Amino acid sequence: MIKFLRLNQLWQLTLALYHEITREPGVLFWGILFPILISLGLGLAFTKKADVVRKVAVSRSSGISDRGDSELSGFLEKNCIKKQPDSKEDYDWKYDHKDDKLGNTLFLFYEMDWPEAMVMLKRGTVNLILQSNNGKTEYHFDPVNADAELTFRKLRDILGSGAVLNVESNSEIKPLTVTGTRYIDFLVPGLITMGVMMSTMWGISYGIIEKRSKKLLRRLVATPMRKSHFLVALITVRLTMNVVEALILILFTLIIFNIMVQGSISALILMFIAGNMAFAGIAVFVSSHTSNTEVGNGLINAVVMPMVVLSGIFFSYQNFPDWSVKIIKVLPLTLMTDGIRSIFNEGAGYSEVGISILVLSVIGILFFSAGLKIFKWH
Amino acid sequence: MTNPVIEAKNVWKSFRTVQAVKGINLKIPKGQFTALLGPNGAGKTTLVEMIEGIQKPDSGEITIMGKHWRGNEDKLHHIIGLSLQETRFIDKLRLTETLQLFASFFNLGKERVNEIIEIVGLEEKRKSFVVNLSGGQRQRLAIGIALINAPSILLLDEPTTGLDPNARREIWDILHRLKKESETSMILTTHYMEEAENLCDYIVIMDNGVILREGTLDQLLQEAGNLDDLFVSLTGRRIND
Repeated sequence: MIKFLRLNQLWQLTLALYHEITREPGVLFWGILFPILISLGLGLAFTKKADVVRKVAVSRSSGISDRGDSELSGFLEKNCIKKQPDSKEDYDWKYDHKDDKLGNTLFLFYEMDWPEAMVMLKRGTVNLILQSNNGKTEYHFDPVNADAELTFRKLRDILGSGAVLNVESNSEIKPLTVTGTRYIDFLVPGLITMGVMMSTMWGISYGIIEKRSKKLLRRLVATPMRKSHFLVALITVRLTMNVVEALILILFTLIIFNIMVQGSISALILMFIAGNMAFAGIAVFVSSHTSNTEVGNGLINAVVMPMVVLSGIFFSYQNFPDWSVKIIKVLPLTLMTDGIRSIFNEGAGYSEVGISILVLSVIGILFFSAGLKIFKWH
Repeated sequence: MTNPVIEAKNVWKSFRTVQAVKGINLKIPKGQFTALLGPNGAGKTTLVEMIEGIQKPDSGEITIMGKHWRGNEDKLHHIIGLSLQETRFIDKLRLTETLQLFASFFNLGKERVNEIIEIVGLEEKRKSFVVNLSGGQRQRLAIGIALINAPSILLLDEPTTGLDPNARREIWDILHRLKKESETSMILTTHYMEEAENLCDYIVIMDNGVILREGTLDQLLQEAGNLDDLFVSLTGRRIND
């Protein structure tokens, strides 16, 4: 065991790779912050769609059964198309709002109990809950969430237009400021997981490719250095950096926004490690062969960019077409983000995220093993 | 010749359509400094990389101290020191830290690191980042790393290419001291005639993957007035053309 584990060697490698990162602020900026800025820009740009679908929860306690008694039930019954839901995920009413100038909006209304509606809101599946209270319509949403506010404003205009109801005098805004329901609660877990992916993919993949292109890998393996120790050191340093970055982000948002982890802390730690394993494995696989940094750049971008856009970091992936959501849900970044988000906001534990932890770990092991098989040290 | 420390028997190596090494035979005795002299593309680096175990021959065999690379990697890595062409170390590591890293691979400590810093004359640069070293200083660091395990065999691939005359002289001084104070066998690839003449006991002239001539400097100079003229007589062109 001692012969296998050359501890001084492992320690010196870890120390060297740690110094390499911490002594080069540019690496931190270009490797971690810059991709975040790019993805942030993409996230903001990714809003203009020809037909926007907005999903809204209607709380069952709003008295929909009293057909026509409230403005909300009147609107749903008279102006919307009723659908018999085929499954739990199916909508109950739809309203197709045509607007030549600002684009068409399709509103899908899901009738459900209040607790269920809250879970949907926390997951970002819906960003607004409608509830009837003594005939008045209440709009429950996070006022800081621009997307939710837009849904509210559009819906209020529609409810207030025509002869349906006078919404201005009849409706109330109910800001949701409970921890776990705000946009910031949705955003922070996504920022943590995206940080892990970006930092791991760029730090490990690009680090390996660059060292190969500089012939440093070749020089290292011409010594009695254990190859496995080099990769272990590289992954250890990156995991440590990711822990520090995530802790800083959590601490900052705890102080400023009172973000809380409502679920199991140990499950959160395991999910974090599993996510790191998955991306470390993918990173080793991606960088297993090329010594050209430009090719490496393209390969890394090909892996990270689709996930940044699709995995529900800045907005819910539920807005994508239904057929694509099934695929999006099994992407490593989606698995990790959904898991961490549910631990943060829904109080989830092992029973809810256990499978995701397992799947992410298996992804990591499979990609790492495949990467090692084809790894080129020279 | 007693048992050679390095022996290459009918070694062939190609890369796609290029035949880099064509049936080379070579024996290097203990303590001998050997120059592989030839222009770019002569096959020197490929031959040295096969001796280093980095490349595998297509056919033929290479033995180091009578051992093949296969199954003896760990043992052979402990007795070989090498400096590759154009290797770049980690920019933001200090000179001492870089040496400590490589020393750890051989289970050596700070004492050996200090000895090496003295051998390569970089005492004043102990705390300098690698990125801030001059070309000559980086090359001396590379040679220091090659010497860290007190190797029985030293393989240097173009150790002075691109260096100014002073920096080149400093490298030569290190190697002269090594020859005087140890029994290390060295193979050095170069396209500088004066480097081969100044440093080495035995010179192998290569071109297009084959050995054209080999022998001591005196033996080779029996055919021509100097090595440059000999190369012209063998190939019809100058070595640095």
